[in-house]
Amino acid sequence: MSRKPYIREMSKTNWFFSQPRYTRYMAREVTCIFILAYTILLIFALKNLADGPEAYAGFLEALNSPLGILFNLAALVGAVYHSTSWFNVTPQAMPIQRGEEFVPGNIIVGAHYGGWALISLIVLFLGV
Amino acid sequence: MSERQIQLEVLRYNPETDSEPRFQTYSVPCLNEWVVLDALNYVKDNLDPTVSYRWSCHMAVCGSCGMMVNGEPKLACKAFIHEYGDQIRVEPLANFPIERDLVTVVDDFIGKLASVKPYLIPKEDKPVSAGEYKQSPVELKTFKQYTLCINCMLCYAACPQYGLVPEFIGPAAISLAHRYNQDSRDGGREQRQEVIASHDGVWECSFVGACSEVCPKHVDPASALQQVKVASTIDWYKEHLMPWMKK
Amino acid sequence: MTVAKSNKPIVWGPFAAGGTITAFVTPVLVLLTLFAALGFVPSLLTYENLHAFAANWLGKLVIFGIILLSLWHAAHRLRVTLHDFGIRADTWVAIAVYFIASLGTVATLFYLLRIS
Repeated sequence: MSRKPYIREMSKTNWFFSQPRYTRYMAREVTCIFILAYTILLIFALKNLADGPEAYAGFLEALNSPLGILFNLAALVGAVYHSTSWFNVTPQAMPIQRGEEFVPGNIIVGAHYGGWALISLIVLFLGV
Repeated sequence: MSERQIQLEVLRYNPETDSEPRFQTYSVPCLNEWVVLDALNYVKDNLDPTVSYRWSCHMAVCGSCGMMVNGEPKLACKAFIHEYGDQIRVEPLANFPIERDLVTVVDDFIGKLASVKPYLIPKEDKPVSAGEYKQSPVELKTFKQYTLCINCMLCYAACPQYGLVPEFIGPAAISLAHRYNQDSRDGGREQRQEVIASHDGVWECSFVGACSEVCPKHVDPASALQQVKVASTIDWYKEHLMPWMKK
Repeated sequence: MTVAKSNKPIVWGPFAAGGTITAFVTPVLVLLTLFAALGFVPSLLTYENLHAFAANWLGKLVIFGIILLSLWHAAHRLRVTLHDFGIRADTWVAIAVYFIASLGTVATLFYLLRIS
C-alpha cells in the first residue's frame, strides 16, 4: 500500500468568492481603502487650513462638486460598514467576565452602538 | 418514519489507481431522522464496501467524522438529512490532503497541537502530600468553553488563512494554548508564547471568524485568538517600552 | 525550540486602537464633510472655527490622534487585504503601506504645528 496524498490547492486570488462568509469578510477588510482615502482627505484639508483662508476656501470649493459628493457618499458607506462590523465582534475580541458569568454579547455590542450614537450626536450638535 | 431517496455524491480518491479525485453518486434510501453518517454507513454496508471514511462515536464527541457536506465543514454524525435536499455532496475536509476517499492526512494538525503544549504546566511542582491545586468556579469558567474542543478540525477546514498559509498554527491549537494559559493552575504561558506569538502563530489570523461559525461544540476559537493577540501586544509593549516591568 | 516572537504587535496595537476610534468617529466626520460637499458648510468646518480648533493644543491632540490612528489602522489592514487578494510580496507591501502611514503622520504633525 503506497501513500500518495492528494492536495487540493486553494485559489490564492479569488478564494473569497467561494463562500458568502468569506465575501462578507473581504467586504469588511476593503473598508480600509475608504478609511485610508478619507484620512488622506483630512490631511489635505489640514494642509489647506494651514495655508490660510484662501487655500481653505479653495479646498471647500473643490469639495463642493459631484466628485466630492460621490467621494463622501462612498466613504460614508465604507465607514458605517466598518463601524458595524467592528462593533459586532467586540464581545469576541474583549469578553468581559463578571463573577462566574460572561456579560452577554448583545450588551457589549449594544453599549458600543450607544456610545457611537452619543458621540455622533455630540459632534453633530457642536459641529453643525 | 418517512423514507427518502437521497442522491449521495461522494468524493472518491484511490491513491493506488487515481491521479485525481472524482465524484461517485449513490442512491440511498434514507430515513428522515438519519444523519449523513448513517447514509454513508448504508453505502458501506449495502452498496460499496470500498468507501473509506473515519467515524467512531456517532454522537459528536470523538470528532473523527468531520467532512465537507455541501461545501460546509460538518460532523457527518451531526448533519441531519432533513436539513438537506435530495442531493447531498460529501467531500473530505477542505485544506487537508486527501489520504483516500473521505479520509484526510491530519499529521499537520496533530504536530501543531503538540507544539503548543496543550496540557497543564504547573507553576511549581509540589509533592502529592502538599495537596491539590485548587481552582474556584470563577477561575474554571474563564476557560471552560475551550475545554469542549474535540479536535475535529472543522475550524481548520473553514479557515481561509490556513488554506492560504499552511504554516499557520491555526484556530484549535491556538485556542487550546489559550485554554491552558487562562488556567489559574498553569504556569506555562511563556513556553507557549514562543510558538503562538511567532510569525506563523496567531498573527496569521485575520479574524475571518469562520472557525467559530462552524464549530460543532460552540467553542469560539476566533475569540481565543483575538484575546491572544491583545495579550501578545500588551506583552510586546511592556517588554520594549517598559523593560523594567519585565519579571 | 526557540522561534522568534513576531514584531507584529507594534503595528497591531495602532491597528486595533485605530479600528475602534474610526468606528466611533469616522462616520459622523464623513457626514460633516458630506454636508460641506453638498454646499452646506457646517460651522465646525468654516475657516475661523476649524482654525481656532486646530490652534488649540487640545484640538491639535484630538486631530492628531484621530488621523494617526485611522491612518495606521487602514495601512495595516490594507497590508493584510492585499495578501488576501493574492499579493504575496508582503515585505514590499508592508514597506509601502507603512511608508504612506509614516508620511501622513509627519505631514499631519507638520501642518498642525504651522497652525497657531
